[in-house]
Amino acid sequence: MERRWTLYDPRLAWMLVAPVLLLLIFFLVLPIAVMAAYTFFTFVTAGVETSALTTANWHEFLTDSYYHGFLLKTLRVGAMTALLCGVLGYFPAYFIWATTFKHKWLLLLLLIVPFWISFTIRTFSWINILGEQGVINVALLKLGIINEPLPMLYNEGAVILGLLHFLLPYMILNVYVSLEGIDRTLISAARSMGCTSAQAFREVTLPLSLPGLAAGLLLCFVLAAGSYVTPQLLGSGRDALFGNLIYDTIMGELNWPMGATLSIVLFVVLGFFAAIYTRYMGMSQIVKGLAG
Amino acid sequence: MKLSNGKRLERLHDRYLNGDLSRRTFLTLTAAAAAAAGLDMPWMRQALAAVEEVRFDGWGGTVQDAIDKYAFKPYTAKTKIKVVQGTFGDEDEIITKIKTAKPGDYQVIHSSGVNYYIKYVNAGLTSEINEANIPNMVNVLQPMIDPFRKLTPKLSAVPYDYGTTGIAYNTKVISPEEAKEKGAALLLDKKYAGKVGGYNDMTTRVWYAALATGQDPNNLKDMDAIWAKVRETRDLAKKFWSSGAELMDLLSKGEIVVTDAWSGRVAALQDQGLPIGYLDPAGSYAWMEDMLILKGSPMAECEELINFMLEPATSIAVAEGQSYPPSLDPTKVKLTEKIEKLPAFDKTGTMKSLTFADPVYWATNEDAWAKQWNRISKGA
Repeated sequence: MERRWTLYDPRLAWMLVAPVLLLLIFFLVLPIAVMAAYTFFTFVTAGVETSALTTANWHEFLTDSYYHGFLLKTLRVGAMTALLCGVLGYFPAYFIWATTFKHKWLLLLLLIVPFWISFTIRTFSWINILGEQGVINVALLKLGIINEPLPMLYNEGAVILGLLHFLLPYMILNVYVSLEGIDRTLISAARSMGCTSAQAFREVTLPLSLPGLAAGLLLCFVLAAGSYVTPQLLGSGRDALFGNLIYDTIMGELNWPMGATLSIVLFVVLGFFAAIYTRYMGMSQIVKGLAG
Repeated sequence: MKLSNGKRLERLHDRYLNGDLSRRTFLTLTAAAAAAAGLDMPWMRQALAAVEEVRFDGWGGTVQDAIDKYAFKPYTAKTKIKVVQGTFGDEDEIITKIKTAKPGDYQVIHSSGVNYYIKYVNAGLTSEINEANIPNMVNVLQPMIDPFRKLTPKLSAVPYDYGTTGIAYNTKVISPEEAKEKGAALLLDKKYAGKVGGYNDMTTRVWYAALATGQDPNNLKDMDAIWAKVRETRDLAKKFWSSGAELMDLLSKGEIVVTDAWSGRVAALQDQGLPIGYLDPAGSYAWMEDMLILKGSPMAECEELINFMLEPATSIAVAEGQSYPPSLDPTKVKLTEKIEKLPAFDKTGTMKSLTFADPVYWATNEDAWAKQWNRISKGA
């Protein structure tokens, strides 16, 4: 008897998922595999390497504290940025969720407006704001509040500010989606049982929105720790992150095997954090947040 | 072993891609062989089609604007061959892209002289120019051609311009007298801590450290002293710039008041009326740039383009536009007053007044020094 297709037929599922699966294999898994193979190649001189296999690149990474220091610094900056995003992003998300404003969609639209402008241009714009002849310094000097321009650019603070600017919408959207999923009758129930507004927030809203906050934290952390452009434009050499190290090794020293090694290290470390999150929080929150 | 016709044509194709054959010779031989044997090779249709564009990659900004305006546009008007342009901030960046592309994707590079030429040679990216196709090479300064020929007797590049990396300073903060008196030491003057800049490039950093420690940049004896000086400048610096555009931005916005700088970019700022002074201290870092044809390029068209760029009228217009002296020999070609006033201009045509980096010496140390500089620049 001929087997008929059913709605939840596994064959249909595989057929539907196959194009994406193939794309992932060819454009994600395969390049990473090639990169991993490159870590065992031998660096000869700038721009020249051979396929003679060696563990020298891994040995250098594992024994050189210079790389470890940068890895820790990158994780620190990533964590700081994510935490700041969490603190600063929760309130706007809560406001958008709680407001009775008729055109709430407009507030959500404002959140994604920055994405219409190139990320690099948005980052460059901070130079005109924080620079010695930037808006802030010029205003403060003209008002007589300061005598000398404040050094606000080309330091770690400027890098974190640039990352916040870039990542805050991701955090707000994640938290907002989580808040939207809360059954509002629970808050009404809490209020009717004698809770004040603050208590209802602390006991009901906040705990129920934590998965969204956690998803936002992970997303911001991974994106911040993997960033390259922001430290390059807004930081000095000392404010470089691991991504800049990879760029300099590949593009500056033309040492692809070592650059590949550093890339795989960052990939594994950030993947490790994502795996921990998946284990304890569930990946679906990120998907929900991104779908925002 | 007897070769099949197909194999012969494959080899002919390889020789063409390597630049051993001109496009015309290649097509003639292929067509003749194909006609005789009734063969049709896969590349023939593509090769027989007229080349409609040449790919050029350069430094962008005012330099490339001048090349585009005075060389490429007239060339396209004359030949109908379009010059498709790309830019890079750092030449290592374009080498990385070339390595990942297939031969012919990138064709002509505005390259940084012999120091980089050796990198292309080592990576097997060079072609062989048929100099007979570039008759204007007769006007190019011989002292600029010789270092290239020392590396590859058959050239892959033709020198096009030169300049210096001297000291640029904000005249509102530093007087020309002070600049002249202190010279390269300005980069180490604690008075300007936090207002110092510099090129984010190992060669420039090591070169200026060599001048500061009184060593010959082409024969360094005490590297510890060099790295100590490099660190000293790093600690005083606000930002090491990575492109000509960033240099101009930092100087014009007053973020930095003194930096080592490319003479042409400073001249462009001066043309805009900005209060920027420039001086070449003794032993200032001189460099030359060339038009490099990569392996796999349409050689005849690229050679024709370079020959057009070397026409005295074109070359002079480009030089005035980009503010770098041309590679034309001033004893053979009458240059303009404006060019004669450009920083680094050598009126003798011997280039003896300029100190260039010894390519072999620097290439020998490049890997280790680039690695060390990358570390120091990040605070190590």
